[in-house]
Amino acid sequence: MVGIVIVSHSNKISDGIVDMCREMAGKDQIIISAGGMEDGSIGTDAVRIANAIENADTGDGVLVLADLGSAILSTEMAMDILNDNSINIEIKIADAPIVEGAIASSIEAYLGGNLESCLKKAEEAKNFIKLNKK
Amino acid sequence: MNKSIYSYIKAMADTINENKDFLTQLDAEIGDADHGTNMARGFNTVITKINENDTDVSDVLKRVGMGLVSSVGGASGPLYGTMFLKASNVAKEADITQEVIMNMFKAALDGVKERGKATRGEKTMIDAMEPAYEAFAEVINSGGNLMQALENAVKAAEEGVEYTKTIIATKGRASYLGERSIGHQDPGATSFTLILKSVLENYKN
Repeated sequence: MVGIVIVSHSNKISDGIVDMCREMAGKDQIIISAGGMEDGSIGTDAVRIANAIENADTGDGVLVLADLGSAILSTEMAMDILNDNSINIEIKIADAPIVEGAIASSIEAYLGGNLESCLKKAEEAKNFIKLNKK
Repeated sequence: MNKSIYSYIKAMADTINENKDFLTQLDAEIGDADHGTNMARGFNTVITKINENDTDVSDVLKRVGMGLVSSVGGASGPLYGTMFLKASNVAKEADITQEVIMNMFKAALDGVKERGKATRGEKTMIDAMEPAYEAFAEVINSGGNLMQALENAVKAAEEGVEYTKTIIATKGRASYLGERSIGHQDPGATSFTLILKSVLENYKN
């Protein structure tokens, strides 16, 4: 099972996205919230993200959905930290809107998709049309 | 080095705390108004993870880097964290000579550039850090001493901060402002310069 990790500056956002994904992807799908700082303040923490990635991996890899700015930098740093500690996990960061991407990819993971297909589903969410403008 | 590694980190933490509001004010002008707060939280965490009797420079720098990564919160966390971690990798020699310090500086610079995917002229800390390294290396490579190298590096970094006032931000939150970022100095270039200056002051006194 591909694990999904949600990285936001706000813990409320990442927790909320996990709740939304659960509604469709089932309770057994691994989706871990890694938002905010240890003390609850706004920010991103590479060590917290590295731990979440490690916990999300079952051997099939982990897809990370991140919001913006330091969320990406901290995730890349987390990947380096895992690598430096010889923890080999296949990790992809989705270039996708965090909410839509998380929902699309967690459903794909729940349906048994592999890391590549989960990444593709997340990134396709970029082109998702919400309004049918005439 | 003439003093304990702890004393250098302590000097950095002190200068960040003294300039906390100033850094936040700079960030309020062109960013998200948290640079001073974030850096102070980071260095105040880091200082609790090391002590005066630590002699292993590489190990101290590693703890500082990891501490910053997990406590700063903003982009400065991974950027400054990488800076210290890369320097730590090079500081494994028993004798930290001025050549070793130069190599630590270079590894730190390369690490930050790679982490931030930034180059000079984008209104980031690289605009202070790269000229500072070049000025530092020029003195060391021509047989000069550490004091002179640090003095020239600080001067180059300060000029770099002035330069950031004249350019448009293309990286980070400030890039949302486009041309309106002109006239404002970059907070990251400023904090780097303050940190470098604290190293010079600690070396001197």
